[in-house]
Amino acid sequence: MKLLKNFLEWIDYRFPATETWKLHLSEYYAPKNFNFWYFFGGLAMLVLGIQIVSGIFLTMSYKPDALFAFASVEFIMRDVQWGWLLRYIHSTGASMFFLVVYLHMFRGMMYGSYRKPRELLWIIGVVIYLALMAEAFMGYLLPWGQMSFWGAQVIVNLFSSVPFVGNDLSILIRGDYVISDATLNRFFALHVAAIPLVLVGIVFVHLVALHAVGSNNPDGIEIKKNKDANGIPLDGIPFFPYMVVKDVVASVAFLIVFCAIVFFAPDMGGYFLEANNFIPANPMQTPAHIAPVWYFTPYYAILRAVPPMFGSQFPGVIAMGVGAVAVVFLPWLDRGAVKSIRYRGPIFKFFLAAFVVSFLGLGYLGMMPVTPTYTLISQVLSVVYFAFFILMPWYSKIDKCKPEPDRVTFK
Amino acid sequence: MTDNVDRSKRRLLLAATTAAGGVAAAGVATPFVLSFMPSERAKAAGAPVEVDISAIAPGTMKVVEWQGKPVWVVRRTPEMLDLLTKHDGELTDPTSSVPQQPDYCNNVNRSIKPEVFVAIGICTHLGCSPSYRPEAAPADLGPNWGGGWFCPCHGSRFDIAARVYKGSPAPTNLIIPPHQYLSETTLLIGDDKKKGAA
Repeated sequence: MKLLKNFLEWIDYRFPATETWKLHLSEYYAPKNFNFWYFFGGLAMLVLGIQIVSGIFLTMSYKPDALFAFASVEFIMRDVQWGWLLRYIHSTGASMFFLVVYLHMFRGMMYGSYRKPRELLWIIGVVIYLALMAEAFMGYLLPWGQMSFWGAQVIVNLFSSVPFVGNDLSILIRGDYVISDATLNRFFALHVAAIPLVLVGIVFVHLVALHAVGSNNPDGIEIKKNKDANGIPLDGIPFFPYMVVKDVVASVAFLIVFCAIVFFAPDMGGYFLEANNFIPANPMQTPAHIAPVWYFTPYYAILRAVPPMFGSQFPGVIAMGVGAVAVVFLPWLDRGAVKSIRYRGPIFKFFLAAFVVSFLGLGYLGMMPVTPTYTLISQVLSVVYFAFFILMPWYSKIDKCKPEPDRVTFK
Repeated sequence: MTDNVDRSKRRLLLAATTAAGGVAAAGVATPFVLSFMPSERAKAAGAPVEVDISAIAPGTMKVVEWQGKPVWVVRRTPEMLDLLTKHDGELTDPTSSVPQQPDYCNNVNRSIKPEVFVAIGICTHLGCSPSYRPEAAPADLGPNWGGGWFCPCHGSRFDIAARVYKGSPAPTNLIIPPHQYLSETTLLIGDDKKKGAA
């Protein structure tokens, strides 16, 4: 025991090990009234870990070459020992990553976690979300199936609609005049090296920012306002061991669901792995019905809802892009007297509900073929989606809020 | 120590170092960015292709690859050609005023020979390849459909001269590539400089 203590002292003299442990775990105080919605940040980290490990092992058998890519994925599925499991873990992980991140973001919207002093924390989170979208999009090209190819064709062409520089920009992204081997090879490099490095880096920054300002909680009040004589928040409990234990329980429950998908429904009826992607990429023929994977469909529906203007589809592309990053403006759009939905009035609740309906509705319509009726519904829902943001300075201000409690509610 | 530092000299040196460093950084970044542009091999891959059109039956389409893109060659029927002048009101650009075709195809048929139609099969919206739908009035495209192309991705509709219908997300008509006839039955796609032209 004495030996261990001496060893720790030797370390601490040279590296802030104990100090870091205390600062971020054993003496980092999180609000004691966390609920179900506070599982998803930790789960997102868990999925990031799953994706990195399964991804590294897939890289060892995959070939980023237009001639061999599709066959190498089939090789992983059929011939590599347990390769099918690695691939299904990675493909399921992609969808589950977005699921937990969407729930994590919705938690922030419900409880006002983006409000002062957490604006920067929120912005860093949105940057993580954008990096995650880029990561998922580039990863989807790698199997080199029909959906990989035509999905990439459509998304890269979004950039070619930018006025003046669009055509050169899309050539720069593709490295060719069409989606080709050059595109596949660079997307592979970005997917396995560049973006994961960025992701891990900004996740670290996200945590540093979180631990500087402290976690929000379902009541949307600051636990740092009520401290005991030692400066410890009265409503806070140490992250280690209490929150860690809570997150372990959540992780076990999550992994049960995760494994059920991996083993019994890895393609999730065509929503996680699309049927057309089991056909090798054919630049001569677009599949009869193409749609992005489910986590991109809300924005895809917005893109399709906007008609061309001035002989250009750029307005639709702008609407899609603004739709994806709109949440970043929330800290400055929300003028509500309180943070948490628990003390908001009916108007905010109505608009938040309308936002959820529009997001889910657009997500559904983005998977459906184009018909005049669906286009009309998409247009209505797109208006609702943007109205949630544009009207927020008005409705959040006139809403009749209830008084916030002084201490967190905890039964 | 008293303040005998030459602050203006320091500022000048700081500015000069920053500027020199910035120029160096831009210089170093240049090869990295340029490596993202198409390689010499990709640039060379745009060679013209010859197509034998003798086996294309009236009303049917052949797809050939040029520069990695699908190029359609259709032998249109007289009924299809008749329709071309009858729905100008439904088209975004019936007279092909946007230069999406070589001058020698800027006519009502958008082709050199009226019946043989050549176009790049890439939607001007977001780059999908529209499906060939030659049949008249199919259930999904409505009673006014007189043959043409339908893009499965975003629902753009094109007539049998690949002119876009109003209300489609595609902003312009499809592109006609440069091409010429080497003989009565042989097309050269990608090159229209008259040499062995028929």
